[in-house]
Amino acid sequence: MSLDKATVAHIARLARIRVSDAEQDSLAGELNQIMTWIEQLDEVDTAGVEPMVSIGAVKLPMRDDVVTDGNYPEKVLANAPEGRDGFFTVPKVVE
Amino acid sequence: MANLTNLTLAAARDGLKAKTFSATELTQAHVKAMEQTRSLNAYITETPELALKQAAASDARIAKGEAGALEGLPLGIKDLFCTEGVRTTAASKILSNFVPQYESTISAKLLAAGAVTVGKTNLDEFAMGSSNMTSHFGAVENPWRRAGDNRPLVPGGSSGGSAAAVAARSCLGATGTDTGGSIRQPAAFCGIVGIKPTYGRCSRWGVVAFASSLDQAGPFARTVRDCAILLREMSGFDPKDSTSANVPVPDFEAMLTGDIRGMKIGIPKEYRMDGMSAEIDALWQKGIDMLKAAGADIVDISLPHTKYALPCYYILAPAEASSNLARYDGVRYGVREPGNSIEELYENSRAAGFGKEVRRRILIGTYVLSAGYYDAYYRKAQRVRALIARDFEQAFQKVDAILTPTAPSAAFAMGEKSDDPIAMYLNDVFTVTTNLAGLPGISVPAGLSSDGLPLGLQLIGKTFDEGNLLRVADVLEKQAAFTATPDLGGRA
Repeated sequence: MSLDKATVAHIARLARIRVSDAEQDSLAGELNQIMTWIEQLDEVDTAGVEPMVSIGAVKLPMRDDVVTDGNYPEKVLANAPEGRDGFFTVPKVVE
Repeated sequence: MANLTNLTLAAARDGLKAKTFSATELTQAHVKAMEQTRSLNAYITETPELALKQAAASDARIAKGEAGALEGLPLGIKDLFCTEGVRTTAASKILSNFVPQYESTISAKLLAAGAVTVGKTNLDEFAMGSSNMTSHFGAVENPWRRAGDNRPLVPGGSSGGSAAAVAARSCLGATGTDTGGSIRQPAAFCGIVGIKPTYGRCSRWGVVAFASSLDQAGPFARTVRDCAILLREMSGFDPKDSTSANVPVPDFEAMLTGDIRGMKIGIPKEYRMDGMSAEIDALWQKGIDMLKAAGADIVDISLPHTKYALPCYYILAPAEASSNLARYDGVRYGVREPGNSIEELYENSRAAGFGKEVRRRILIGTYVLSAGYYDAYYRKAQRVRALIARDFEQAFQKVDAILTPTAPSAAFAMGEKSDDPIAMYLNDVFTVTTNLAGLPGISVPAGLSSDGLPLGLQLIGKTFDEGNLLRVADVLEKQAAFTATPDLGGRA
């Protein structure tokens, strides 16, 4: 499978990273080289093998569903690029 | 009070206890070394004032007889661990202004044990790299140079700053993280010891995430004993990390008995790769002979899926990274680039904030997770991962630990391999398998290359068997008797 410029534009859009037209060309080349190398996995017979999703405990631990943290909005907002009145601010979303 | 920076962490601990010197004197010596080796760029943020304040508090606790296990010992903290009130960047532009309001579990545990923190060490951006060349804050220089050659070398990566700082003696030990080899490869390149513990041994809470099913923190130090001391303090169950393991933490230092008689050490034939340098091969043989001389039994084993570990990793790690790094959106923290819509704000912030390698990996991860490719790539890689883990399970029915080289070469020069991502990825060929299988691995300096650079050997252990792994590593270290140190010459 060849990863073309249009595909790069599509995945860049999905990843929410602006990629210029010129960069799309060079990235297509680089990503293709990497994906071609990765495709050696096709040699491995994985029929009947369960995908391994994590290491260790299959069952994650549960805890009581109670509030254990919070109540410090000033800390939550301390690193916000822009904020007002205890909220994060962003460009107008709804017209 | 000469050479306080040449002490091992264990010797410094004992010296403080015996009141031969104070924590303030020990810290001052390391702060001075940090200043003198600043040209290495091992630290993104130096915190000398904080360190001296911590040292004074340590001296007060020592005077009262309330010293902790790491009381007064100067450490470096990889700038991937969130530190309350101290900027934490992950070596990325996008976090270049981020000041955490909380402390990572591991750094909090080290501080609670009395450690002094001299600074935040440099790394590859978001821990993605094997050379420390992808840091937004500039490359780190390896304290070592080839004999008769002045070209600066890389310290390895991603924890290159931590490894360089420990080798340059500006701290007694440092924290690292290892997703595909990011503790062990830099340890080998800088002639020091580094251990990646079993997945789940150390809490990931407060550590900037790269690939959550592979990331694991661990210590760097100049001896196996020092790593054992640090690992005990870093380990333990944390309710804030649901993947941290609720298993007892032994006194690793007490397990360094020096006796490995009768232990079975596996030698995997698949790690003898085409094109491997004769020097690395000879070092490996030397390691086999040393363990044999110490009374271990050498057993030939097979790990048949070894060659597929790297391509498997380069699906899974970018996939997890693309999800983890979705949080950097220019809204809640980090760098914001303006845009006319919120979509534009996201796209502009992420384009401006992420470096080339990080962007490349996010795009690969997005691609392998995208509709139509998920099964062909991501599911396939998870199945191959299961086979790699099974290879180890079968091998560990026959052996107690496995010996391999740590990296396929010694440290390379800055700029080498930079234009070929796959050549760079191959640095992790011997280390990445243990991340996929969740096993502990340690790199021990075992010899010098013909041009005078340190070379490391890796030992791989069973799940949660760091005690025995460290025991073998301690014997290997003693047998190898690696005493060479970098010549900092005009750079210090």
